[in-house]
Amino acid sequence: MTSDKTSSNGHEPHTGGVRVKRGLAEMLKGGVIMDVVTPEQAKIAEDAGAVAVMALERVPSDIRRDGGVARMSDVGLIKEIIAAVTIPVMAKARIGHFVEAQVLQSLGVDYIDESEVLTPADEEHHIDKWQFDVPFVCGARDLGEALRRIGEGAAMIRTKGEAGTGNVVEAVRHMRAVQGGIRRIASMRPEELMAEAKHLGAPFDLVQEIHRTGKLPVVNFSAGGIATPADAALMMQLGCEGNFVGSGIFKSTDPEAYAKAIVAATTYFDKPEVIAEVSAGLGKAMPGLDVASMLAGELLATRGW
Amino acid sequence: MTILRVGVLALQGDVQEHLLAVRGCGAEASTVRTPDELERVDALILPGGESTTMSRLLQVFDLEMPLRDRLAGGMPTLSTCAGLILLSREVLDGRPDQIALGILDVSVRRNGYGRQVESFEADIAIAPLGVAPFRAVFIRAPLIEEAGPDAEVIASFGDNPVAVAQGPHIGLCFHPEMTDDLRVHQLFLERAAAALEVSAA
Repeated sequence: MTSDKTSSNGHEPHTGGVRVKRGLAEMLKGGVIMDVVTPEQAKIAEDAGAVAVMALERVPSDIRRDGGVARMSDVGLIKEIIAAVTIPVMAKARIGHFVEAQVLQSLGVDYIDESEVLTPADEEHHIDKWQFDVPFVCGARDLGEALRRIGEGAAMIRTKGEAGTGNVVEAVRHMRAVQGGIRRIASMRPEELMAEAKHLGAPFDLVQEIHRTGKLPVVNFSAGGIATPADAALMMQLGCEGNFVGSGIFKSTDPEAYAKAIVAATTYFDKPEVIAEVSAGLGKAMPGLDVASMLAGELLATRGW
Repeated sequence: MTILRVGVLALQGDVQEHLLAVRGCGAEASTVRTPDELERVDALILPGGESTTMSRLLQVFDLEMPLRDRLAGGMPTLSTCAGLILLSREVLDGRPDQIALGILDVSVRRNGYGRQVESFEADIAIAPLGVAPFRAVFIRAPLIEEAGPDAEVIASFGDNPVAVAQGPHIGLCFHPEMTDDLRVHQLFLERAAAALEVSAA
C-alpha cells in the first residue's frame, strides 16, 4: 500500500500502520459487535460476550422512525460508554465528515464506522482514512464498493444491508455480491483484470491482489438487518467473518437473551442443534420491515457509492 | 513416532492465521470448539481475540472443565494476547467473572498498552530465537505486570516482559501469527513435540 503512513523498521514502536489497523478487525473475527445507546446496554452486551460495542445515540430503527439529520453521537455519551466496558468501542461518523472522525479519534474510540446510517456530509467523497491512526470500517453493497473503501484506507468492510429493518435480505444480497465478485476475479486470466477493475470502478492493485489471494485484504463482517440467531448463522455460512447487530438486540423483547443467543450462533454457525438450543424461548425478535415495499428515499444502503 | 496434532481454540478471534502458521511449519492443525475436538489434539493454541468473549463461551459450552483437565494433564499451549490472558494467574482490569486458568505464572493487565490508537509494532529479541529480531505486533495488548519465578521471560519490550515460557507453554502479548515469520510457531512445535515425545511434523 503506497498510501499508508510511513512504516518504520526497528525498535521504536510504530503506531497507526496497516497491520495494527487491519489486525484489530482480525481479533474481532467470529464475534458480534452490538449497537448500544447507554452505558448500561454496553455492559449487557459485554456480559453477553460481544467482542465490541458500537456507541450510538439511537439505534438505526429509531433513526429511521425519527427522520431528520442523523449525526455523530453525543461526545459525553461516547465517553461514558468507553468508561463502562473493557472491550473495544466503535462509533459512527457521517460519510465524508472527516472532522467528526477527528473528534472520535481524539476520544480514544477504537474503530470508526463511516456509516450510511447517519446522514451523509458529502455525497461525492468519503473520508481519506489513511490520514488517521484509528482504523475505519465501511459498508459496501458489492465488491467494487468494498475495494473503493479499502483504497481510501478502510481496514475492515461490512455489508450495508438495510439497517433498522430487521430484514436480512439486503445483507444476504450484499454478501453474495462481494463473495461472487471475489470468485469471479479469482477465476480470471491476468489480462482480464484491468477491464474488471474498470467495470467495478475499483483500484487495479486491489483487483490484482484478490486475483492472487482469492480473498479480500481486510476482514468482512455482515451488518444491516440481522435480527435472530439464525440470521447471524446464515451470514456466517455465506462467508462473512462476524456480525454487527444493530436494532436486533435492544429492540427485541429480551435483549440479554438475544445478545447471548446471537453470540453463540455466530461461533457455532454450522451447528444447527446449537442454534436450535439457543433460539428456544427467546421471546419476540424486533419488528421487521419489508424492504421491497419501501420508498427509494427511505433506503440507507444507497447512501455513499 | 506419531505426528503432533495441534488444535486452535476457535470460539472467536484470529484462528485462521494460527491454522495457517502451524500448517506452514508442516504440522497438522484443526479447530477446537467442542470437548470432542479438544480430546483429539495433542497441543492447543489460544489465539488473539476478546478474552471476555472466549471466557464466557468456554463456560457456557462446557469447555472449561475439559480444558482444565487437559492442561492439568500437561497439554502444551501457545497463547497470544487474549489467549495469554486466559492462561494467566491473575488478570487486572478484567471482568470479575473472567477465567484465569493459572497455567502461566504471570499477572497481566488487560489493554495495559492502551486503546487501539496506541497499538503498535516493533522489533524485539526473543532469547531462544537468537539475535535476529522478531517483528512483534501488539494490538490492544495485555501488559505483563509481573512474571513469577515459574515463568521464564524470553522477551521484553521496555521494562516489561512480552513473552514467557513455562514448561511446555509459551505465552505472548503480541501476535506472531500476523506476520510471515514462523519461528515462534516452530519453537512451540519443537518444544511441544519434545514434551510429548512425538514428532513435530
